[in-house]
Amino acid sequence: MGQAVSALVIKMQGGSGLDQGHLVWQPGDLHRFRQGGLNIVLDVNSGSIHLVDEIAWEFLGALEKEAGNMELASRALGKDYSPAEISHVVAELLQLKSEGTLFSQDDLAAHSLPAASETQVIKALCLHVAHDCNLRCRYCFAGTGPFGHDRSLMSFETGRAAIDLLLQASGQRPTCEIDFFGGEPLLNFTVVRRLVAYGKKEAARLGKTIRFTLTTNGLLLNNETNEFLNQEGMQVVLSLDGRPEVHDRHRPFPGGQGSYKPALAKIRDFVALRPGGNYYIRGTFSAHNPDFSRDVLHLAGLGFNRISVEPVVAGPKEDYALDRVEPAVLEKEYEVLAEVCLERKRQGHPINFFHFNLELLKAPCLPRRLAGCGAGNEYLAVTPAGSLYPCHQFVGQEKFLLGDVGRGVTNISLRNHFQELNVYTRRDCRSCWARFYCGGGCHANNFSHGGGLEEIYLLGCRLQKKRLECAIYLQAQELAGEPVI
Amino acid sequence: MSGKIVHIKTIVKPDLKTTLATGGCGSCQTSCQSACKTSCTVGNQVCEKK
Repeated sequence: MGQAVSALVIKMQGGSGLDQGHLVWQPGDLHRFRQGGLNIVLDVNSGSIHLVDEIAWEFLGALEKEAGNMELASRALGKDYSPAEISHVVAELLQLKSEGTLFSQDDLAAHSLPAASETQVIKALCLHVAHDCNLRCRYCFAGTGPFGHDRSLMSFETGRAAIDLLLQASGQRPTCEIDFFGGEPLLNFTVVRRLVAYGKKEAARLGKTIRFTLTTNGLLLNNETNEFLNQEGMQVVLSLDGRPEVHDRHRPFPGGQGSYKPALAKIRDFVALRPGGNYYIRGTFSAHNPDFSRDVLHLAGLGFNRISVEPVVAGPKEDYALDRVEPAVLEKEYEVLAEVCLERKRQGHPINFFHFNLELLKAPCLPRRLAGCGAGNEYLAVTPAGSLYPCHQFVGQEKFLLGDVGRGVTNISLRNHFQELNVYTRRDCRSCWARFYCGGGCHANNFSHGGGLEEIYLLGCRLQKKRLECAIYLQAQELAGEPVI
Repeated sequence: MSGKIVHIKTIVKPDLKTTLATGGCGSCQTSCQSACKTSCTVGNQVCEKK
């Protein structure tokens, strides 16, 4: 049987000298996983996804054990499968290899990627229009609003300077983004309103478009805000953690009472104006609700079908930090959630769970995927005083101060540092199968948990990879019976 | 090999590598992974050109 395989290999390869008898791949160039009865294989460098049967699955496993030696792998399967079956599997694997959809290599790893460019392009700003808040969320990374400094609101003049900087620094980019953030941005609604009007006018004058998003706890929504947000076509992110007891534990008013009921009422009224449309309910899960799929179901039960529930950002000493939970428990919970989403879809009541949305057809290009979020480079946060930071997570950390809206980025070496971060400059990302989907993780988490911008946040990586597996699995379920795309 | 069982079914074949030459226009949305606003990976993003 070993000879039959060798002969087949030589025939398929035309007798060439290429690694005859071996099918090898680098760790991180191929990812196999099983979920919901499917055997899924991701060819990382081409982005191709395959479903394999049991014999092919076992053969790939045997190849891994036998360092790619096809003869030894075939022998290992010999007790359970016939020579003919094994030969067919080998033939299919070699065919896919020759097509470049399996065992493809990472051509980028050996290249040096571009060094930091002298030209600064900024395409997105997170405007902290309020360093104040009407809640006192216990897990707030902003120190309940002011990021460790004074409670303050951004003036229109500062916001206008930020928009001017963005439009001027965006170069040829036709579309820019502005997120209104905080604190609670609706505490400064008057300025938000003026800045949207100004931004739209200025962008149009320059032939550009600005996409606006507003993140809010919802409590200050009213007819006026709702009409404005809808009229301006703004994306809105609404904070609601899930079950009442889960939400109220971490999201109290300054007096200590929970905010679930009033927040839900306001959010419901707003979402009713946007059926099927442009909103996300945004919840946070922590060590206090590792069964967060129940919170997703709770939100869906309230009638919301666009949901994102995400892990809390926390120092390891906090009682709500996810470091206190076994990672496998959280991974399992994502799998449970994936089955929930599958079932709901089958029933005709789908849940759009944000982290399970994986774009396979209109996916971003490789250059985009390498650099991740762009924080500290193309994406900056602006404080009420007009200071620039790499993103909202770095605000208030003086060593990460990048500049100000008047002068732009002045800390060029720090900006260059962020610009040069990508999945190849991070040692742990280089050989990770998820690198082209993840983009290197969150810079802030990598710094605070991993100890440096070039490090990684291990738990963050595990959860990211599990979410990606679930997203791929859900797409595989949908595509299993379809022609290849 | 006709009439044989197919052991491997390819369901997506995007050919990511070619985008190294064709991509990089920068038009797509900024992504953020961090847990404070709706965050997403580049994998969740959509190419604006396509």
